[in-house]
Amino acid sequence: MSILSMSLVIAAIHLAVPIILPLLGGLISERSGVMNIALEGMMLVGGLTAVVFSFLTGDPWLGLAAAAVSGLISGAALALLTVTLRANQVVASTAINLVGAGLTAALVPIIWGTDGTTPSVAKIPPFVVPGLSELPVVGQLFRELTLVDYGTFVLVVGVWWVLFRTDTGLRLRACGESAESADSAGIDVVRTRFVAVALSGAFAALGGAYLSIVILDAFQAGMTQGRGYLALAALVFGKWRVWPGVAACVVFGLADALALRSQIVAPDIPHDLLLAMPYILALVALATFVGKGTAPAAVGKEFARA
Amino acid sequence: MSATAVRLAGITKRFGAVTANDGIDLAVRAGTVHGVLGENGAGKSTLMKILFGMIRPDEGTIEIDGKRVELRSSADALAQGIGMVQQHFSLVGPFTVVENLILGRDSRALWRRWLAPLPLSAARERARELSERFGFGLDADARCQDLSVGARQKVEIVKALWAGATILVLDEPTAALSPPEAEELYALLERLRADGTTVILISHKLPEILRLCDRVTVLRDGKVVGTREIDRADMDAISRAGVEADLVHLMIGRERPTVPERHPRELAPVLSVRGLTDGGRIGPVDLEVAGGEIVAVVGVEGNGQSALVDLLTGVVRAKAGSIVLDGAELAGRSTLARLRAGLAHIPEDRHAQAVAEEMSLIDNASIGFTTGAPFAPTRLWLSKAKRRRLAEAIIRDRSVRTPGPDAPMRSLSGGNQQKLVVGRELARAPRLMIAAQPTRGLDIASTTAVHEALMKLRAAGAGVLLLSLDLTEVFAISDRIVVIRQGVLVGEVATDRADPERLGAWMSGAAGGEEAA
Amino acid sequence: MSARVSSRRTRIDEELLRESLEINRRGHNGWRAEVLARAAAAGGTAAGRILSFVLTVLAAVIVSLPLVYLSGGDGALALDALIAGSWGSPIAAAETLVQTVPLLISGLAVALAFHAGLFNIGVEGQLVVGALSAGIVGATLPLPGPILIVVCVAAGAAGGALWALIPALLKAYRGVHEVVTTIMMNYIAFNLSTFLVSPSGPFVSSSQPSATEKIPIEARLPILVPGTRLHAGLILAIVLVIAVAWYLYRTPGGFSLRLTGANPRAARGAGISVPQTILRAMLLSGALAGLAGAVQVLGLFGRYFDAFSPGYGFDAIAVALLGALSPVGIAAAALFFGTLDSSAVYLQAQAGVSREMVGVVSGLVVGFVAAQPAILRLLRRLRARKARTRPNPSPDDLDRVLATVVPVPLADPDDAISHGLAETEATR
Repeated sequence: MSILSMSLVIAAIHLAVPIILPLLGGLISERSGVMNIALEGMMLVGGLTAVVFSFLTGDPWLGLAAAAVSGLISGAALALLTVTLRANQVVASTAINLVGAGLTAALVPIIWGTDGTTPSVAKIPPFVVPGLSELPVVGQLFRELTLVDYGTFVLVVGVWWVLFRTDTGLRLRACGESAESADSAGIDVVRTRFVAVALSGAFAALGGAYLSIVILDAFQAGMTQGRGYLALAALVFGKWRVWPGVAACVVFGLADALALRSQIVAPDIPHDLLLAMPYILALVALATFVGKGTAPAAVGKEFARA
Repeated sequence: MSATAVRLAGITKRFGAVTANDGIDLAVRAGTVHGVLGENGAGKSTLMKILFGMIRPDEGTIEIDGKRVELRSSADALAQGIGMVQQHFSLVGPFTVVENLILGRDSRALWRRWLAPLPLSAARERARELSERFGFGLDADARCQDLSVGARQKVEIVKALWAGATILVLDEPTAALSPPEAEELYALLERLRADGTTVILISHKLPEILRLCDRVTVLRDGKVVGTREIDRADMDAISRAGVEADLVHLMIGRERPTVPERHPRELAPVLSVRGLTDGGRIGPVDLEVAGGEIVAVVGVEGNGQSALVDLLTGVVRAKAGSIVLDGAELAGRSTLARLRAGLAHIPEDRHAQAVAEEMSLIDNASIGFTTGAPFAPTRLWLSKAKRRRLAEAIIRDRSVRTPGPDAPMRSLSGGNQQKLVVGRELARAPRLMIAAQPTRGLDIASTTAVHEALMKLRAAGAGVLLLSLDLTEVFAISDRIVVIRQGVLVGEVATDRADPERLGAWMSGAAGGEEAA
Repeated sequence: MSARVSSRRTRIDEELLRESLEINRRGHNGWRAEVLARAAAAGGTAAGRILSFVLTVLAAVIVSLPLVYLSGGDGALALDALIAGSWGSPIAAAETLVQTVPLLISGLAVALAFHAGLFNIGVEGQLVVGALSAGIVGATLPLPGPILIVVCVAAGAAGGALWALIPALLKAYRGVHEVVTTIMMNYIAFNLSTFLVSPSGPFVSSSQPSATEKIPIEARLPILVPGTRLHAGLILAIVLVIAVAWYLYRTPGGFSLRLTGANPRAARGAGISVPQTILRAMLLSGALAGLAGAVQVLGLFGRYFDAFSPGYGFDAIAVALLGALSPVGIAAAALFFGTLDSSAVYLQAQAGVSREMVGVVSGLVVGFVAAQPAILRLLRRLRARKARTRPNPSPDDLDRVLATVVPVPLADPDDAISHGLAETEATR
């Protein structure tokens, strides 16, 4: 089996999407001026919620919807701390990460009695595109991808459009560039940021749900393996723009896919070291980052009116 | 007869134990320019923020066009036709002019705002219309952070008018403008008044008030101390002087505190700068400061003052040129070495550059004193007891109001913080003190204290380089004035022979760079 | 105004110098008053810190109670098991101290970085590499016992510092935020560790999977109390508490580190090199983290085990914040989390509470510490509202206590917020 094949492309997509979704979330949050480093914890919560609801109802789509809602809630928790209470954004994010990781790991034995891994649940089925799935070579793509994959692409375009071409996006970006200016223009900065951060949680949670009920069919404690942080690296590397950031995620996903394949194709290279490739790539990507000039100017700073 | 556009009654606002506005009554006639005059700390900005909905008053009512209103946010104020042009924080730098104009002004349906593209061409058209009507001259697609200060202010005014403002509030609009730019603004305001717009002008500059206003309200210590009608058409030199004196008396309320007599001595040069440049923002610069002399560097904000200070203190490495302090070459040497050679620096932005708010007064007083003897003879020990005594001495010498040296810096008021910084810098026994905007934002008492300290330094034979935007201060304490424009020094004159109009011409580039004898 | 200058001295005004150096200037009575005043001030700070410590812990425990009930556990029983399992017997107490040691040292690591304005979330990876270094060196170098201990400890510190080097350089010289880089280094460390002691890895033991060879007994930290697992690492931990406190508050290096964290531009104006200080802070922090890992290997396990840390590096963040970044406070906070950790098995058996709960409590503690400034602001505003009639604006005792907020620094060397211009209207 050659290392380059449609299976590789599909694997790369499957491994890129769970980074793209939190990337979109991080983008929305940071463009509104709030650093969201809690994507990892929010992903874990989303991943577990999806499995729980899929388990309870037998319908993976309900699980997905529930995951999005859980993301809104965890996003709102971060928003409460950082926007309403004006706490330090990094510390608050760390709190959510710790609680998310601990809570999801603790709930698995509580709910199922098993340790660390839940039993299998119904997962999202692939969506066979009529017509396109008959094509040679490419047809495999249109047989194995799910609606969630297509939906992610739609979300990417949607986020780009709303953020950079509409009035809502203009207002949101104004909050991220200069909160005082946005305020004097009559924009409710607190509400805008709160909504942005809550939404970012929903995106991250969907990323986590993707891992648990699209790729896999169960939840494992810690299954996100740092993807929430890889998303942040992609965000920085893409200079807070949508398409370069997504490109970075695709590169990470590809590296991950290649590393998994390599175990079969090139067994001499230590497998564990190859698994570290995405993280090493992320470091390299960050090292090429030149100065803070491209970040939204107000990101990380709290906003308060007299 | 003109109606009352704005009526404030009994407005009171307290911040903790400080009463910024105390029972203020104000009535502005429609279609006039109404001035609000007062010194720093008199309460003008707080009052205007209340009018613009950014702050809620503790007591009092606001009436617009005879109707009582509650202003809970700037959106409410805008809805009532009030537009505010502030000194800072109003435009989003990376956005273009058009984007800034339409920001927050989209009144389409919610779903449209989320999905439909921005109505940029319609906006550009409207901007052009307004531009022509009042003679603005704006480039709709320029990025705001690339515009000059004067241009940005015009955008702010257009923005207020765009929102349908019929009442325009301007807060110290000429603070950062050169004289020609200020002239343009005055002409603009007159055109706006002719068009029926009501203008409220906040200022501490008398000439401006007398030139533009129909009526002026004077604030002092948070209260209204008087309101005067100004008949601009019918004012000769004598009555003008009378009106001025009247207003000054209202504003100050007491005798101006006397500044001690100056006895400037010209000794050997303390600082000799030749051909100093950083290859970009400033230079080449030639400058000399003698012992026993205060040299003021004046210029419009953003013309290289900070760059000059950075080069002198060593924070930025010079591309070329020499800096000689008391005969010793400083260029190429570290900041620490320069401090040791006798340089001291009061930074222009205390919060960002001079103090650590979370640390104690002891620690703040020790900044720059922690390398080597007397406090740290070895790397292993930094004496806290000795630093405590230093802090106590500085606190005592400069009358800093604080419960004790262990208190955190942020428990001090701005004026007291600055007194500590001045005391700390003086403790270096400097040969050259660089004082950048040392009295910005301070009350009268603290300002006098800082001036006295600088003059005492001068009397002891050291040199002072004063960078200031306040010509009053410059005329009060400096011996020689140097004008900076776009990174080079364009004019120099002895203070007692200086003329504000000539300085203004140098600052704005209207005259060439000749040196006065 | 004259001054004394020489190459090893700071330039300072003569008169002020004399005043600073004078001892016992005020005489007997004045000396007593001064000591009392200073004790009162210090006491106020300590009281404030203890209060916020207790309240934060209580808040975190109360919020996590629902989960205890959810897991079928019993709240009262849990509390009982908590105390019994951690301090109920000499052996339990020894175990608690054993669990406290790595938390203490890694808490110091996090706090040191915080003081310099840096968020070192990479402590977990750094302690793994430190432990690896100690374990590998101990198992492979044929040196006599006492020398080997020292070399292993040094290797541990060096390993941790090395692991902090890349994020340190990226932050100091490229301005890359250290949070993401240190987290990436964590994951690389975990993978590296798995590889090095995997079945085909270079350092795996022949007798124990996923571990290095045993370190000879002479090269391990001695046991302090026979019959328990309490090792000399505790002494090292206490020494480190004193050393870090000394460094931060009584050396010029520590001062420049704290100043850089509080206001990097003010530090630059005082001649301090901000990039060098950042580097120094991260390397020291990494070294401490490495020591935390090395101590576990040399004192507790006797060899390196893959995934030996249940997340000490992350709990250390909570320890540092709960301890208000002060070495003594961190010792207390480490004891608290050590208590939780050592009673974990007991808690599981008696009250059905899993070890993961410690992670949740950790997170809640961090969350409450993050919310602390907001709560204090609220309290201040309520007090101000009640005391509106009082004309005296100077801060009183409660204000001073309230002012002892955890100084988690926000300073970022590239940040250039300027507040000075907005001072015109007094707010104090």
